[in-house]
Amino acid sequence: MGKKNSTTSVPAQVKHVKKVSENAFLYDWKRNRNLLWMSVIGVVVMFIFNYMPMGGIVIAFKDYNLFRGIWGSDWAGLKHFRSFFGDPYFGRLLRNTFLTGFWTFIFTFPAPIILALMLNELKDGMYKKVTQTITYLPYFISAVVVVSLMKTMFSGSGPVNQIINAMGGQTILFFNEPGWFRPLYVGSAIWQTVGYNSIIYLAALSGVDPTLYEAATLDGATKMQKIINVTIPAISGTILVLLIMNIGSVVQVGFEKVFLMYSPGTYETADVLSTYVYRRGIQGREYSFGATVDLFNSVISMTLLVIANTIARKVSGEGLW
Amino acid sequence: MKETRGDKIFRVVVAIILLFVNIIMLYPFILVISLSISDPQAVLRGEVVFLPVGFSTEAYNKMITTPNFWMSYKNTIIYAVVGTVITLALTSLTAFPLSVAKFRSRKYLNLYYMITMFVYGGMIPTFLVIRSLHIIDTLWAMVLPGALSAYNIMIFRSFFQGIPDSLHESAYIDGANDWRVLFSIILPLSKPVLATIALFTMVRHWNSFFNALLYLNSPDKYPLQMILRNILIGAEQLDKDSGFEDFAKRSVTEALKAASIIITTLPVICIYPFIQRYFVKGVMIGSVKG
Repeated sequence: MGKKNSTTSVPAQVKHVKKVSENAFLYDWKRNRNLLWMSVIGVVVMFIFNYMPMGGIVIAFKDYNLFRGIWGSDWAGLKHFRSFFGDPYFGRLLRNTFLTGFWTFIFTFPAPIILALMLNELKDGMYKKVTQTITYLPYFISAVVVVSLMKTMFSGSGPVNQIINAMGGQTILFFNEPGWFRPLYVGSAIWQTVGYNSIIYLAALSGVDPTLYEAATLDGATKMQKIINVTIPAISGTILVLLIMNIGSVVQVGFEKVFLMYSPGTYETADVLSTYVYRRGIQGREYSFGATVDLFNSVISMTLLVIANTIARKVSGEGLW
Repeated sequence: MKETRGDKIFRVVVAIILLFVNIIMLYPFILVISLSISDPQAVLRGEVVFLPVGFSTEAYNKMITTPNFWMSYKNTIIYAVVGTVITLALTSLTAFPLSVAKFRSRKYLNLYYMITMFVYGGMIPTFLVIRSLHIIDTLWAMVLPGALSAYNIMIFRSFFQGIPDSLHESAYIDGANDWRVLFSIILPLSKPVLATIALFTMVRHWNSFFNALLYLNSPDKYPLQMILRNILIGAEQLDKDSGFEDFAKRSVTEALKAASIIITTLPVICIYPFIQRYFVKGVMIGSVKG
């Protein structure tokens, strides 16, 4: 701070602070015009691609008219909400979205922590490096490829069914059976993210004070005891922050993978809110109805985020805000 | 500190578990590579479960001659390059003012950008906005939505803030303005973060499927992932239609699926080592400091 002021004319700055302290933009217009100009394009781009859609959500309360656009269309009140809540698929969509998100969260959240703890037990060397390289890789594979790899693995004549057959079981058509959708979805999600998401925990683990382990060793702690009493408490802050950040994802099931995996035969368990928005809203051109489902989805995930943050603050005094 | 016997056993057990993890991670890749270069007849008989059986490049030959394939490859490269350049330019310009202490508006601008991390308009409103801009079925629909993200702004800002103040201060004293400071001092010193975000953005464009599904109508503008999906669906359709009669046709499609996966994924795997060098840093800046 002191250094900064000493290089520029201090009195002039102080005078400005007094005069225009109530309006930062006016101040910057006078003194930092270039920086304002630099920001203009970012502000405009964010406005168009993020804030306009946020405002555009009012279309959920209107009847979208192709020629009059979002703002010119007539108001429809809660009509679309009534039809969404009365939709025969409403219960199914809610259940599928929640269960898919919930199980994904339950398995993909702890998996990277366990992987990081295991990697942390390895000595630095070739094996550790190779394992890291291999486990991070699936994160960079596209959803289309992940789903096709799965379809190859789990096809009627694929290796998984060959094993099942060899053990005397019947061939399972995994992608046609509603009961297998969630296990496949969650399993592939672990495969994709476990390595990459472990990076952050490994970083936190590398910051643990080695003297803590030495002290525990002197006290006669076993490896497992050290992990439970030293390592995990040391990274609990990181775990908590990531927990809050990810809690909203329980109802935000990614569109791409479900869309690529499901078929009318598995809608029973696979169809989620975002895919329903696509089918009704984009394909069926019922824009207002689709926006209603969008809004419903966003409101639930925001609510979850706020609840998670509130609980976290109560319990540990830490939170995202 | 000496290792006890128990510790040693523990380490070995962990190493063995991780060996299984590695196998599960790699197996699908090995399988498709084997499927793509094996004799198509062997593929169809289900003999290929690990290593290639026989040898054939038929699938690759067929792949290369598939109409639209090279065009989609070209499209993807264009989207990835243009999209990455736009992302880097926009993010640098937007993040730099936020890192300058004397800039008072930065508090408000920062909030303005960060809100977008938590509030999302949704698929339909975004689609309607993009349609109202008349950029449906153009390059711009592929590269502009998502070009500027609060997350990237945050990463750039923290990096810029880490550059010692004395460097730009001396430039200001020498009479340089903010533009000059950004282009002549900040950006040349920010190569690591520019490279990291560039690689991530490129991979994101390479793998992107959703934007094309929503915003493109003409098949000649489709990116690789769309064509890949069509090949895979087409193969499935053929499976259903022809049953087991059209043996020759089916035998090629199985291998063709595998070959198309390989050709599509190869570039990402090639740049992966370069990403890996950087991404430990990138992830940390973004998430821990958040």
